[in-house]
Amino acid sequence: MIEVDNITKSYGTTRALTGASFRISKGEIVGFLGPNGAGKSTTMKILTCYIPADSGRATVAGHDVFTDSLEVRRRIGYLPENTPLYMEMLVVDFLRFVGGMRGLKGARLKKRVGDVIGLTGLEGAVGKYIGELSKGYRQRVGLAQALIHEPDILVLDEPTSGLDPNQIKDIRDLIREIGREKTVILSTHILPEVTATCDRAIIISDGRVVASGTPQELTSRGRGEQHVTASVRGPRPDVEAKLRKLAGVQEVSVLDVQDGVVRLELRGAKGDGLSERVYEAVSSNQWGLVELRRERATLEQVFTDLTT
Amino acid sequence: MANIYRIFKKEVGGYMNSASAYVFLIVFLALGATLFFTQGGFFLNRQASMGGFFVFVPWLFLFFVPAIAMRIWAEEKKAGTEELLMTMPVRDYEVVMGKYLAALLLLVVALLLTFPLPLTVRHFADPKTPVDWGPVAGGYTASILFGAMVLAIGTWSSSLTRNQIIAFILGCAITFVTIVLGFPAVYEVLPFGQFLASLSPWTRYVSMYSGAISLADVVYYLSAVALFLYLNIRTVESRKWM
Ligand SMILES: Nc1ncnc2c1ncn2[C@@H]1O[C@H](COP(=O)(O)OP(=O)(O)OP(=O)(O)O)[C@@H](O)[C@H]1O
Ligand SMILES: [Mg+2]
Repeated sequence: MIEVDNITKSYGTTRALTGASFRISKGEIVGFLGPNGAGKSTTMKILTCYIPADSGRATVAGHDVFTDSLEVRRRIGYLPENTPLYMEMLVVDFLRFVGGMRGLKGARLKKRVGDVIGLTGLEGAVGKYIGELSKGYRQRVGLAQALIHEPDILVLDEPTSGLDPNQIKDIRDLIREIGREKTVILSTHILPEVTATCDRAIIISDGRVVASGTPQELTSRGRGEQHVTASVRGPRPDVEAKLRKLAGVQEVSVLDVQDGVVRLELRGAKGDGLSERVYEAVSSNQWGLVELRRERATLEQVFTDLTT
Repeated sequence: MANIYRIFKKEVGGYMNSASAYVFLIVFLALGATLFFTQGGFFLNRQASMGGFFVFVPWLFLFFVPAIAMRIWAEEKKAGTEELLMTMPVRDYEVVMGKYLAALLLLVVALLLTFPLPLTVRHFADPKTPVDWGPVAGGYTASILFGAMVLAIGTWSSSLTRNQIIAFILGCAITFVTIVLGFPAVYEVLPFGQFLASLSPWTRYVSMYSGAISLADVVYYLSAVALFLYLNIRTVESRKWM
């Protein structure tokens, strides 16, 4: 659906993209992750034909974003960063205007305006000026205008920024709902948002794609080392010493001791089986095993590792 | 075409909703009428002519037209709505034309609302020498063409910046230069003076509002409008190669 090959873009002397490549298939919900200034918005502006790349190639549904830009724009619904809207227009007039520009007319236009108002929960705001709305409601107007022509592809630049938790949940649900049929690209700084809404994350840093995969793939890739926490009922020096001798253990630290239960953190080399060996050691020594947990790298850790 | 009309409609709706368009109309009419009655020699010699009004129009337009035009693009750039607009399936020239034509409508409305002035002239005119409507028609034609040119200059200026004040000053400055190039005191001291003077709308305006409408002058104004609209389109496009 979307193919991006080695695109670069500079603003004057600032290099915003330094050779980004990725592919997105039909029906995927993809999250762009990356620190501030990584090039997420720039990538989106290029895909939506607002600005062209300096070099490289990007196609949407087989159409080149530069040479065939009208075709590309017809297929995309776009919510730019910071949700720019015509503040002096009524919500309903604005949606009619965008619908008209998107080629809808007559009864169909009327129906679609009604549909997106319902979909984004704007019923109470239709007769208001956009400038009078709260940020969350403006965000809904921004989404509504992006959806009005039933585009195959939605590009949403930080769709949940500045919303309250309830609204964030509403918008995420909406995106997942839409994403059942459509291809969605969204950018965000909120990592759990990716886990919550996206099929796949593309991590962008310094103008390049540094990783891509499902949230699970990204976290299991992690640092590769094993990390186990265990709470053991037993004598502290004994427990600590015996666990330290287990195969593959590189580091043991006692987190705390409470009511005869020692809580430890163990780190080991790459591989498997550390938690099994801890279990065997505990049972063969007739200690009590209160808790045993294999820790996964979080998306935050992966993100920090890849982007710093 | 349909897109030009949609943009046009949206912009006209914007004018009808904005206080600044009404303020513009009122101040323009008030100032125009004041100048006409106090400076145009109207009560002095009871001359049954509108010449005393049309002679001021370029100076009114010098400030009023860039004031209408300054927001046309600069506001979109500042608010970021340009990104919304230009990522719709619309061609750059369609947006430029739609916006220009809507502002031109406002200008034409402003001029039409001055029509009570020639009616007053007729009322006070000596019955033995009835009003000559030729110069009145010429004056309105000249004003619309001149206004259309200044508006094209102003819209282009607006597309060059996100700051409306800069757009206004730029529009005034370019217009002022084109006007004064038509003054003998200016073109006579400049190299290629005659050529530069021929680029100025001033002498054409003066001869036109005196009632002498020539095809060459009309072609001149339309070419000037086309030139600045073309520059406007190129500037809007320039985000693609800058
Ligand atoms: N109009 C512009 N003019 C100059 N530099 C720009 C412009 N837009 C972006 N940049 C620069 O390009 C780089 C990438 O910016 P971009 O907006 O794509 O980042 P981003 O990943 O969207 O960041 P954020 O998470 O803060 O939104 C940054 O260094 C930024 O300063
Ligand atoms: Mg951004």
